[in-house]
Amino acid sequence: MAKASTSEKKQGITWKQIKSQKVLILLSIPFIIYVIIFCYVPLGGWLMAFQNYKPKNGLLHSQFVGLDKFEFLFSNDQFLKVIRNTLAMGVINLVLGTVTAVLFAILLSEFRFVRGKKLVQTISYLPHFLSWVIVTGIVFDVLSTENGIINEVLVATGILDKPFNFLADPKWFWWIVGFANVWKETGWNSIIYLAAITSISPDLYEAASIDGAGRLAKIWHITLPGIKPTFFILLIMNIGNVLNAGFEVQYLLGNGLVQSVAQTIDIYVLKYGISQADYSLGTAAGIFKSVVSLILIVAANQIAKKMGEEHLF
Amino acid sequence: MTRRTKVPEEIHHEIKDAKYIGNGKKSMLSRRTTGDIIFDTINLIIMILFTVVTLYPLLNTVAVSLNDGTDALRGGIHLLPRMFTWDNYKAVLRKELMPRAALISVLRTVIGTVSSTFVTALLAYVISRKNFVLKKQLSLLYVVTMYVSGGLIPVFLVYKSLGLTNSFWVYILPGMVSAFNMLVIRTYMNGLPESLSESAEIDGAGHFTIFIKIIFPLCMPVIATVALFTAVGQWNSWFDAMLYNRMSDDLTTLQYELMKLLSAVTTSGKGQTAQSMEHASGMVTPTSVRAAATVITSLPIICLYPFLQKYFVAGLTIGGVKE
Repeated sequence: MAKASTSEKKQGITWKQIKSQKVLILLSIPFIIYVIIFCYVPLGGWLMAFQNYKPKNGLLHSQFVGLDKFEFLFSNDQFLKVIRNTLAMGVINLVLGTVTAVLFAILLSEFRFVRGKKLVQTISYLPHFLSWVIVTGIVFDVLSTENGIINEVLVATGILDKPFNFLADPKWFWWIVGFANVWKETGWNSIIYLAAITSISPDLYEAASIDGAGRLAKIWHITLPGIKPTFFILLIMNIGNVLNAGFEVQYLLGNGLVQSVAQTIDIYVLKYGISQADYSLGTAAGIFKSVVSLILIVAANQIAKKMGEEHLF
Repeated sequence: MTRRTKVPEEIHHEIKDAKYIGNGKKSMLSRRTTGDIIFDTINLIIMILFTVVTLYPLLNTVAVSLNDGTDALRGGIHLLPRMFTWDNYKAVLRKELMPRAALISVLRTVIGTVSSTFVTALLAYVISRKNFVLKKQLSLLYVVTMYVSGGLIPVFLVYKSLGLTNSFWVYILPGMVSAFNMLVIRTYMNGLPESLSESAEIDGAGHFTIFIKIIFPLCMPVIATVALFTAVGQWNSWFDAMLYNRMSDDLTTLQYELMKLLSAVTTSGKGQTAQSMEHASGMVTPTSVRAAATVITSLPIICLYPFLQKYFVAGLTIGGVKE
């Protein structure tokens, strides 16, 4: 008897449990098959990066080439530029996005007109729900050299003497992407910070007022420390996403004139992988992105842990 | 913090002062200093600017869409149309693929949202059952997918071999179960009192009955949130239409059609020039037609989202609670 029960423990799952939970187990089966087909089978496709994959040979009979594809990528000027672009835009988005979201959340929480507050908040979410196709169209319109509002304002105020085509100048591209993101997501990203600010105890503010602290002092010493844990959690998650922040806008907004600064890893994968059917090269570039993202998120988490800040895992 | 710590006497002094003002704590707090007034004024200006910057491009698009196309090229249209017309909208609706695209967009949004929300909730139910033998394994299998994915090319090839290219189901199946949404729903389910499903089980109810009759209705707030996010994602996506269904015009979506209009304008680089469209009255331009298409495509979302606001705010806060 005793022997039987220990072996049961080792197994973890007993026949009795399986019998009593057979409905749940049966229910799980389709979910297991689903996730294997849609998520794990594609992971097996990573093998392609180490092969000279030819669709007609399949995954099993294609020639293995080791790390050749990766070597090609890293000796390729174009791909190095692509990495630079992805990182630069990812970092610009992260910094601009975080700063504006925090700032907006603080200003909104300090906003004194109750009804105006609700209205501004509702309006601020709106762009988040629009697709990038629409937002890119808006960016084109706003920056247009004919009747675009930005050029109209700049010319009217005398900053420029004639309209300037920002979208054709490589110097501006990263910042246009950054500010398009800010326009679309500031209100949305601030929601979570606003929730954090609302959960700060009002007693703290009252005590500070009694101490004679002004508004800015209260923001600096109470609000900012209050949202710090939220800030670090979001920062870690977003750092893992830095390389992911580069497809839709760049693809839709880019044009021949700014290609050298607009192309990101995802666009590169699409271009070589799908359009030119070099599946192995595309997969290798994709793997590079996934691996770097994982390293970034783990590193950010460890640093936050070391600094004694909030962390994910 | 230490810099601001006050010497005890100072605090004492202030407390005395506060007492002196009478039941003054409140009146002292609500008294606005000059600093307050300056701060509030600057804040008000920033908020007004923010609202203008957010709304102007949208209102401008509406104005252009309602204005005669060739007239709009003269510029000067800001918030109101100068030569009012419905022609741009008529031109959009007359475009060959538009009605079909609208139908597919609606279908994928409705079918995709209903199926994904239900199936994801079912998985969350299975995983949230206490003592379920596969609980850990199953949830790990899904959580891993949030961090690692095969990437564009392998996914593309797998979908192709599954026959999902040039098929409506590529809009539905891949997003059917979302690991993130599952976690959000499960977190909510874990907060429900266990006695509910236990007593139903004693009454002889099976898992399907418990899920559909008890748990699912109780999870409505979180279900609504997840459904909203899924619906917006479905409505707004264009890349899957381009990648998998480029060859099938009858599977195009509104966003993809809009994207084609956009790239037609940008690649020609001369979007604003008066190339009249053949089948229209000659008064519409690519820019004005695109404006009308933009309004049509974003209208459903803009009309709905203010009413759904309370759900997504609640949902974000649930989602923010990590486990």
